[in-house]
Amino acid sequence: MSATEVPVPVANPRESLLLRLPVVSHVRQSVGLQRGMLLMGLVLTGVFLLTALLAPVIAPYGFAQLSDAGGNFPAQQAPGGKHPLGTTVGGYDVLSRVMWGTQTALLVIVIAVVLSIFAGVILGLVSGYIGGWLDRILVVVADAIYAFPSLLLAIVMAIVISGGQSSLFGGVFAAAISITVVFIPQYFRVIRAETIRLKAEPFVESAKVVGASNLRIITRHIYRNATRTLPLIFTLNASEAILTLAALGFLGFGIEPSSASEWGFDLSKALADTTSGIWWTGVFPGLAIVWVVLGLTLVGESINDLNDPRLRGRKRTKRRVPAAPAANAAPGADHESRNQ
Amino acid sequence: MTEQRDTSPGMTGPDGKTVLDIDNLQVTFATDGGDVHAVKDVSLDLKAGEVLAIVGESGSGKTVTAKTILGLLPETATSSGAVLINGTNIISLSPARLRQIRGRDVAMVFQEPSTALNPVFTVGWQIAEGIRAHSGQGGGARVSAREAKERAIEALRKVGIPDPEHRVNYYPHQFSGGQKQRVVIAAALALNPGLIVADEPTTALDVTVQAEILELLRDLRNQYGTSIVLITHNMGVVADLADRVVVMYRGDIVEEAPAPRLFAEPRQEYTRQLLAAVPHLGRNSASEGMTERSHQDGEILVEARDLTIEYPGRLGTPAFKAVDGVSFTLSRGEVFGLVGESGSGKTTIGRAIAGLNRTTGGSLKVLGYEMLNMREKTFKPLRKDIGFVFQDPAASFNPQLTIGECIAEPMLIHTRPSDAQARKRVGELLESVQLPASYAGRYPHELSGGQRQRASLARALSLNPRLLIADEPTSALDVSVQAKVLELFRDIQQEFGFGCLFISHDLAVVDILSTWVGVLYKGKLVEQGIGNQVMGSPRHDYTRRLIASLPVPDPGEQSRRRETNRALLGL
Repeated sequence: MSATEVPVPVANPRESLLLRLPVVSHVRQSVGLQRGMLLMGLVLTGVFLLTALLAPVIAPYGFAQLSDAGGNFPAQQAPGGKHPLGTTVGGYDVLSRVMWGTQTALLVIVIAVVLSIFAGVILGLVSGYIGGWLDRILVVVADAIYAFPSLLLAIVMAIVISGGQSSLFGGVFAAAISITVVFIPQYFRVIRAETIRLKAEPFVESAKVVGASNLRIITRHIYRNATRTLPLIFTLNASEAILTLAALGFLGFGIEPSSASEWGFDLSKALADTTSGIWWTGVFPGLAIVWVVLGLTLVGESINDLNDPRLRGRKRTKRRVPAAPAANAAPGADHESRNQ
Repeated sequence: MTEQRDTSPGMTGPDGKTVLDIDNLQVTFATDGGDVHAVKDVSLDLKAGEVLAIVGESGSGKTVTAKTILGLLPETATSSGAVLINGTNIISLSPARLRQIRGRDVAMVFQEPSTALNPVFTVGWQIAEGIRAHSGQGGGARVSAREAKERAIEALRKVGIPDPEHRVNYYPHQFSGGQKQRVVIAAALALNPGLIVADEPTTALDVTVQAEILELLRDLRNQYGTSIVLITHNMGVVADLADRVVVMYRGDIVEEAPAPRLFAEPRQEYTRQLLAAVPHLGRNSASEGMTERSHQDGEILVEARDLTIEYPGRLGTPAFKAVDGVSFTLSRGEVFGLVGESGSGKTTIGRAIAGLNRTTGGSLKVLGYEMLNMREKTFKPLRKDIGFVFQDPAASFNPQLTIGECIAEPMLIHTRPSDAQARKRVGELLESVQLPASYAGRYPHELSGGQRQRASLARALSLNPRLLIADEPTSALDVSVQAKVLELFRDIQQEFGFGCLFISHDLAVVDILSTWVGVLYKGKLVEQGIGNQVMGSPRHDYTRRLIASLPVPDPGEQSRRRETNRALLGL
């Protein structure tokens, strides 16, 4: 029997819905360095999202624009003047390409995560709750997919789906679906593990005793309790989706520059420029990838730390002056707590 | 809360030297909900060879106080004041100095022996680890591995492990629960510390094993003059072992007195209430004055004949018989108390009746339905007639649903009432378990343990079941809360008149509620009969041992009982 039972640190469920949303409640909970990390991640991610939404407004040119009223863009122009980040060998404006690239990235994240999250969660719930041979087969399949190098799988999927075509949607879906295949086992595993743990909880047993059907137990009692970790996997997977997309583009399985802007593709085209001292074509798309991945990872890792009471930092209690300094304290003993 | 200090010595050791002196200790925890003052102002002292019990309910700060003595507070805690062990202030020590003191001057015995021991090392290694960690320190000689092992054997012998030379090489899983606790105590004794802090040392143990461990601790004090700080919530244990008692409540000391006086004439109101709430075997019995089994004219709800339940063994090992040829009946309106220690199969029987476990042999008829080879589809209509109260009220509610939704769940499944009907019924049910109807909108974590268990009872009663199974419904509760829940349970049972299978490890609790009592031992029902007859004149040896080892909350009576039962308990 533990006497250190302290009030359970759960967000009060009757607080307004806004304050209980995953990220918002985490910001409120955090202190110190953890809060700094989370806020920085949120700022980076926020800038990324805003750019994606406002790209048509704020980007100086279109992603495939090669000329304007003043004539054709010069190729490989150094940053400055009309092209703040310079132009590529094909004559595209680097700044515009980087900005439009956020849209492609966001689209891939959303499609990949939406496709995988539903399949993964449903499979995980069913497999974990029902167990038996179904569970065993699904776990083996998930493991088999894990064993595949994910990039190789993504390449195969890209070829199968787009068949060499590289329109915006063909390219985006190729990337998204190939990522989905890799992600489903992740969601599946997490939800399945949670389901198996929850299945043995007394509240699930009490539902069984009452006579609740399996469907009711899964949807009403297990589902809501098993999906708490999803925001965390979501953010971490989103950054992985970006990296996979960039790798596909870099290898040439991405999207043609005329269909959409894609950072990985730009990077691979910039490869030849580096030896001739043209740095701006590679650095800026690369920075964009780092920016988004860093932002998403910071958010994900902070949420992870905040969800774990052992890792979560708390405000220090104010030290109180010792009420009565003990006269018979050992020599040299100060009243500084070792926990300070 | 005024503090009652009483410095008159209870039983002090030969020299009466002060081993432990706590002055104005305050401990504060930083939590998400702000600061929590776990210990507000605690001062106490302990003489050599004395047993000081710190008692209190959960949240009273007793465990925090104990952990401070060893400097084991987590990082979120801030402490002030002074904790002097042999003149050294623990609070201000560096971690390195603290490590020197731990084990040498003060050692700890934990609640759960199976988690306190590392399963991948032999017990000898684990005892020797402490010896080697201190070797060569403070001018002492270095201890060779061989010597350390010899001292480990010596320590095991001290705590009464038979054949220590051989068993020093055993792994923890090769010992029983009580022996594991002996090993933990041996590890604490390895360096002959003058002070042992025992945090609920017998709470995780069966009552017969508890008697042995208490006897061992008493021996240590008598033979080696070890001082013991005993942290417990069990007043029977206090009565059995303690010389002096400190009662804590919400971080403060309420009362401090020698044990006999505290039990005989508690001065503070809180202490009086605490003592009054402790169930005392033979008092307040439900079957008082009964000579024959009641309610035999009622409908038979549960009938077990040679019931056998086996758990399949792993590959190559035979199946484990959890329940072995048990026969009993339970009629409507009757409370059947099922008593047994851990592993006796009592919970398995309860779960089998509710259809959570499959039976493997014999016959078990629940409301006329044969549970052998049961099918969920055909059993489901009967489920509305069976209520189940689980042991842990915190875990048996879905944390995402409100109390009202949880209580309405059985109705929604079986009778499909309208929203208004369901709400009305939930209100009635909450009222009948003495909770305000407004609690329906609360979430489980917003209720205290006792309130949750009442809500759990309300949920079990929501369809007016004919049969209620209560599996240790009060063992996770504090003693004062337990008393209230038991009283409520008794009233409701009389009002609703359902048949009840009441499962518990605590004889005194079973005696308060049940008229007919069955005693389970290793899967066999060794004895059943009217409550007062089983408790008063047990026929089976095991029942006698069980009753003899249950400490009563009265030091004088307990020491008499201990002496008369010494032979029976094999002490």
